[in-house]
Amino acid sequence: MKRAKLLEKRIQFFKEKEEIALIPYLTCWDPDLKTTEAILWEMLEVNPVCIELGFPFSDPVADGPTIQKAIVRALAHQPTLEAFFEFVEGLISKGFSVPLVCMTYYNIIYHFGLERTVSYALDSGLSGFIIPDLPIEEAGPWLKANNKKGLATIFLVAPTSSEERVKKIAKKSTGFLYYVSLTGITGARERLPEDLIYRLTQIKNLSPVPVAVGFGISKSEHIKLLNPYADALVVGSAVVNIIEREAQRAPQAVKNFLKSLKNENS
Amino acid sequence: MKVLEKRLPNKRGYFGKFGGRFVPETLIPLLYELESAYLRIKKDPLFWKEWKSILQEYAGRPTPLYLAQNLSKYLGGHLKVYLKREDLLHTGAHKLNNTLGQVLLGKKMGKTRIIAETGAGQHGVATATACALLNMQCVVYMGAKDTERQALNVFRMQLLGAQVVPVYSGTQTLKDAINEALRDWVTNVKNTFYVIGSVVGPHPYPMMVRDFQSIIGLETKRQILKKERRLPDIILACVGGGSNAMGIFYPFVRESQVKLIGVEAAGLGLNSEHHSATLCRGEPGILHGMFTLLLQDKTGQIKGAHSIAPGLDYPGVGPEHTYFKEIGRAEYVSVTDKEALEAFQILSEIEGIIPALESAHAIAYLIKKAKELPSETIVVINLSGRGDKDVTSVKEYLEKNEKG
Repeated sequence: MKRAKLLEKRIQFFKEKEEIALIPYLTCWDPDLKTTEAILWEMLEVNPVCIELGFPFSDPVADGPTIQKAIVRALAHQPTLEAFFEFVEGLISKGFSVPLVCMTYYNIIYHFGLERTVSYALDSGLSGFIIPDLPIEEAGPWLKANNKKGLATIFLVAPTSSEERVKKIAKKSTGFLYYVSLTGITGARERLPEDLIYRLTQIKNLSPVPVAVGFGISKSEHIKLLNPYADALVVGSAVVNIIEREAQRAPQAVKNFLKSLKNENS
Repeated sequence: MKVLEKRLPNKRGYFGKFGGRFVPETLIPLLYELESAYLRIKKDPLFWKEWKSILQEYAGRPTPLYLAQNLSKYLGGHLKVYLKREDLLHTGAHKLNNTLGQVLLGKKMGKTRIIAETGAGQHGVATATACALLNMQCVVYMGAKDTERQALNVFRMQLLGAQVVPVYSGTQTLKDAINEALRDWVTNVKNTFYVIGSVVGPHPYPMMVRDFQSIIGLETKRQILKKERRLPDIILACVGGGSNAMGIFYPFVRESQVKLIGVEAAGLGLNSEHHSATLCRGEPGILHGMFTLLLQDKTGQIKGAHSIAPGLDYPGVGPEHTYFKEIGRAEYVSVTDKEALEAFQILSEIEGIIPALESAHAIAYLIKKAKELPSETIVVINLSGRGDKDVTSVKEYLEKNEKG
């Protein structure tokens, strides 16, 4: 089965057995590759539905201060996309069983070559991509390069997207659809927008693929509030904050945090 | 040379292969809203009348097209060199043409809060000025390094009632200020209008800024026809993001006998790591919402740019320039910091005009090439700004180099 489909099925399966479907995010190479690997293996014990692994870009316009700082720490290692795919391949060959999707900006992929990215990604075992500065209008060449190859391309919808746009975007999105909970950048928030549940319900009705919600989700209460209305929940900056604080001690701390999010809500 | 496309940009915001709208989804509906609002006012004569009237009564348009006889003589006497005096526009540079247009548009769209990015501070000052005049709230993002280098401009903006926010991320310069302004816009979508300062960014900005700046070229055309009864042979302008160059080039783009030359900053030299010559040395990529040429490393990370002229210090360039380069409609060259500084001093001494270091790049290129040009060549240089802002840094540079 194609990887995008597998990811969709996995999210649906979590829903059916009423298991909280978490999608933690971390930036690869933050603070170094060894720690990234250790965090990933610890995350496995919490059984996330999928993991978002960021490849750093120098000009991350969609990201708030927390992830910007993580990107600066990661860039100090001068990472390449080849090394990223090698890393993913290594993990999967060692039996890493949770699907990994890469979140990066379009210039990184464009510069590496669209077809080349697809072929390296397929060989590595990666499940797909989230490219926040690639709206559907501009995604033609990328989708063509990936045509029938089965990698997931996860598009984002925002509070500003009209119903008509949501429909169009959802149709092109594979793996899942990513609903950006608020108008703004990534970052942990105390409170989420009031009409979030209404919007989520509306978007779920319009989307043929599962809907994940992200941006701002940082606390157990957020998970509790949103879980009934979303298929999966992305937790990014809250995880990255722990990595920043704990550095090499982060693997254990991240696991405990994710565990608490999951256990307090099951 | 390939034939120019009829409609620039096309419906999707592309100039040939370049341009587009590579921004987070949150902004896409806003860009559509902006595009349709702009296309509506584009057909509204009352809007243009209001804009032109402010430019005339308040800002000092039309600016003179001045025959620089001393400079012409200095270059050998066989050329006629005209300077388009954008340095005489209110606030001292061409930037105000665009900010007045965009702030006026924002006001018509019912927005109450204006944001802008600035590198050297010229666009920030021009935006703050337009906001003061049109009574709008104004927030300007500026790289933390630039706020130190251009402390006086920070104070000018504050005097004009703007809030200046230093940006500490990335290289702490213009590109990071643009990132931060985009982040602000993604957050404050309802009431905020983002005034971009050059022919860069996602569609419709490159088109809109070009249209507002085209008043420079339209005036030049009228003025040169009156003075010389013919079009110039060469038009020269410096290129950072490219707004002053696009402004003077665009009305001549379909006059194929007029040679258009954009001058980039070679900084310490094109083979050094310290330059801003995106069109001469860049590779295609995506930054700030556009597909264009960029200075980037082998993995696609954006590099910092360098120039002694702070307004040229940008690792990207307007997509329409990239298109002009690709089809051969304009030529793009570069001069070093040192050559620009010499031109800065020469123009000051022989014409009594202290040019902005940015504009000095265009003059430097003519000084280099003058001997090769045939007699009676008519050259127009866009003197995009005045150099008062640069005198301290020039003084420091000269003192440092005298000491060796």
